[in-house]
Amino acid sequence: MVEYAVFVVSAAIVLIGAVGVVMSRQPVHAALSLVATLFGVAVLFLEQDAQLLTAVQVIVYTGAIVVLILFVIMLLGVDQEEDLSVEPLVAQRVLAGLAGLALLVSLVLVFIPVARDRAVSGQASTEAAISKTTPNVAQVGRSIFTTWIFPFEVTAGLLTIAVIGAVVMARRPESYEPLPEPEPMTDRLDGDDAEADGAEAEEVAP
Amino acid sequence: MIVASLNPASYLVLSAVVFCIGTVGVLVRRNPLVMLMCVELMLNAVNLTFVTFGRMLDDISGQVIVFFVLVVAAAEVVVGLAIIVAVARRRPGATADDVSLLRG
Repeated sequence: MVEYAVFVVSAAIVLIGAVGVVMSRQPVHAALSLVATLFGVAVLFLEQDAQLLTAVQVIVYTGAIVVLILFVIMLLGVDQEEDLSVEPLVAQRVLAGLAGLALLVSLVLVFIPVARDRAVSGQASTEAAISKTTPNVAQVGRSIFTTWIFPFEVTAGLLTIAVIGAVVMARRPESYEPLPEPEPMTDRLDGDDAEADGAEAEEVAP
Repeated sequence: MIVASLNPASYLVLSAVVFCIGTVGVLVRRNPLVMLMCVELMLNAVNLTFVTFGRMLDDISGQVIVFFVLVVAAAEVVVGLAIIVAVARRRPGATADDVSLLRG
């Protein structure tokens, strides 16, 4: 009974947060809704006996990734409110909603029989069974550093490359010459006029 | 050990719903930051699926894979935000529709 209540509450939080990410006009609100979703997912991890992942989810996702996103939102200006009432492409939302619905239906049609028969193959794993006595942290750690050691090493390379890439891309060029006046993006919907203006502005600038 | 009596289908359906919300968000929203957050939603839904299947099949590897997804998500956010900052410095207010401006 308790686990059912926990599931319902955290599922509600996850869904409200997910809808908030998509529907909110300000990026800050979207980021805060994302925090709600991530916490809800962390609770669902805990309910499924993945204690280590719960901690990592809270620390890495809400503690690092969302804070990073919030930093960039502040850096770019928090006042970038998006007018959601205009639909820039014709029928974009209807088509996107239909695609999402089709995806949802097909996923559920796959998941329900799989969950009813307990597995795709119907066989429980014998390779790395979840032990009831060993702590979760010890099990996951042993699995990472034995079975998954090569992917673990590869992720080290991936992280290094990502850090170098971020530094290279976010760096200002050394011979920094002042950029021409940034062309406003608001009137881009006018079509060719805005395009021509932008080209002219770049030619005039030193 | 809390208990494992809750039907795994509930978790799977929930993660499917979250994944689809994230997909629709990526398709509909134009702010690149919000699109990035929607991708995070999709990744989280997949993580939940991994943990649920790991529990169903009684295999710890499901939880290990979530770690690697987390690492890839962190790298993706770092690089994506660097690109967004680089574009926004040059063209403030650019949305995903203006991506043709990135042509060299």
